Amino acid sequence: MKNNVKAWLYLLPAVLFLGVFMVYPLIDVLIYSFEEGYNSASQSFFGVGLYNYDYVLHDPYFLQAVKNTFLLVIITVPISTGLALLISLGLSSIKKLKRLFQTVYFLPYVTNTLAVGLVFMILFKKTAYSDGLINLLIGLVGCNPIDFIDGPYAAKMFVLCFYTIWIVLPFKILILTSALASVDQTYYNAAKLDGTSKFRTFARITLPMISPMIFYLIITGFIGAFKAYSDAVALFGTNLNAAGMNTIVGYVYDMLYGNGGGYPSFASAAALILFAVVLTITCVNLLVSGKATGK
Amino acid sequence: MKVTLEKLTKIYPHRVKKGEFVTAVSDFNYEIPDGKLIGLLGPSGCGKSTTLNMICGLEKPSSGRILFGDDDVTAVSPENRGVGMVFQNYALYPHLTVRQNILFPLQNLKGKDKLTKEEMEKRAEEAAKLVQIDMLMDRKPNELSGGQQQRVAIARSLVKMPRVLLLDEPLSNLDARLRLQTREEIRRIQRETGITTVFVTHDQEEAMSISDSIVVMKEGTVQQTGKPQEVYDDPVNLFVAKFLGTPPINVFEARIEGGKVMIGDDAVLTVKDEKDRPVWAAIRPEGFIIDENGPLHCRLNAVEVMGRDISVVSENEAAENPTVRSIVDADNLKKLSGETVSFSVKPHKIFLFEKDTEERIRFEKKG
Repeated sequence: MKNNVKAWLYLLPAVLFLGVFMVYPLIDVLIYSFEEGYNSASQSFFGVGLYNYDYVLHDPYFLQAVKNTFLLVIITVPISTGLALLISLGLSSIKKLKRLFQTVYFLPYVTNTLAVGLVFMILFKKTAYSDGLINLLIGLVGCNPIDFIDGPYAAKMFVLCFYTIWIVLPFKILILTSALASVDQTYYNAAKLDGTSKFRTFARITLPMISPMIFYLIITGFIGAFKAYSDAVALFGTNLNAAGMNTIVGYVYDMLYGNGGGYPSFASAAALILFAVVLTITCVNLLVSGKATGK
Repeated sequence: MKVTLEKLTKIYPHRVKKGEFVTAVSDFNYEIPDGKLIGLLGPSGCGKSTTLNMICGLEKPSSGRILFGDDDVTAVSPENRGVGMVFQNYALYPHLTVRQNILFPLQNLKGKDKLTKEEMEKRAEEAAKLVQIDMLMDRKPNELSGGQQQRVAIARSLVKMPRVLLLDEPLSNLDARLRLQTREEIRRIQRETGITTVFVTHDQEEAMSISDSIVVMKEGTVQQTGKPQEVYDDPVNLFVAKFLGTPPINVFEARIEGGKVMIGDDAVLTVKDEKDRPVWAAIRPEGFIIDENGPLHCRLNAVEVMGRDISVVSENEAAENPTVRSIVDADNLKKLSGETVSFSVKPHKIFLFEKDTEERIRFEKKG
């Protein structure tokens, strides 16, 4: 009993901090999401029920945000992880200029999101004066210029995915190169002596050995992509609903502070829906990765 | 399969030490007879692992040739040499079961060597039976003890029926009791398969106990080769003498004076036709005889009783390492009393070496 008191005393700072800044807001969000017609000015509401969820789930802006977010997740997570794996394999097999390339590939990680967004705008945006660098290149192969920032949905989605992949790549490369470096060289020597082909060495030795790291990247990649917001803002500005490029987190933000803001109840409901989605997908991911790695 | 190493040399041009390229192995000449077990022995960094890696093809020699039988394999890639190798840390694939690990080399076979599933299973079972792990086939390596992992590694290296088996410090990760057991096991497997085997170790006891022949290396050069007992009884230089034997040989700073070998003021031996000069005198622990009238006097420190034998620990000013350790029959116990102990020396257990070159002086005994 005495030990228990002591233990709790040690835990107190963390418990207090987490309680005030995490648990209480979480509960509050849950309560808000069930309070119908909550008015933040008068702090009053009409009743308790599922109206907020009903509203959010029928809001075309929310549905668009859900569609955007899911597309973003489904496209960027596999591509960025696969690409990172390829680049890491390349990086770990070259000898000359290895450090230089590692640094180059890591640069996006330490670059400000909004600055990168600006650069992407310059590359992709079509203005009255210029078509942008990418359109210039497209023009060279004889295609018509496309407005990536204000044009068709597919073009905008392409830019957003391109941008997201570019932003998340460095971290994944960092993790995977160190995972590859940690595979004991004698496994490769043993495989070489046994005449194992390059592909089989990769598929049967390298891949299983780094699979925990790959699953880690997939899980955090999913979570990160579901929480995307600033990337879309950097490319398409703050009025994401108008651009049709909103994300779920963007929708939550807009409900709180955006043009049509001041609806904490709707925001809370949307946030909880996102939470449920992320939780479900993470659980599925863990289950699958647990099966695959045999733990 | 006979293995011939001709003027094998390995220089690392990227590594420079004291203004010179690092030479890991230099001018290694040796012929390993078919079906024999050879121990490559030396302190760490002496080039024995580099030699092994050149035999298996993981490293290319800077010059020299390697022949398997009559085939020159110097330029042949590792997978085409037909060598099996057991690595120090076994290198078992942790995510595969024992069976999958043993099958792995067979699944790589292509073209005319390709085996059917049944043949592979059969070969794997045979290899597993040979090393007595056939009841552990569906376990993962981390569910096995060190000794069992070692056996799996041997089975994996034998399953493709290599022409030469290479073992790199195979026992160093095992505890003392298991080490004894496993080295006998390696010997048994080698005898049963009759496969030419090279085995690298820094443990002289290990090498002496199971090898048909040993090769003692130091700083990249071969010091001496031969049957373990021959090398032990007839070392060519001080390094080999010191490196072989437990407890180690006792080295004294001595000198030849008028045909007498003097350790301090004690004349331990008379030799013919040797001019006066300082020398190293080295006496094997079993070369001492406790003798009241013996010429060599030492201060008695301790007596360690080991049952059949006793180990007498004494001190002598002239000894390189001040303690002198001798092993004598336990019957001598009652003779040991007082502060000093006197020894006479068995002449074939004392070796003389030049002071500067440390080469053996082949003296002729007088009288």
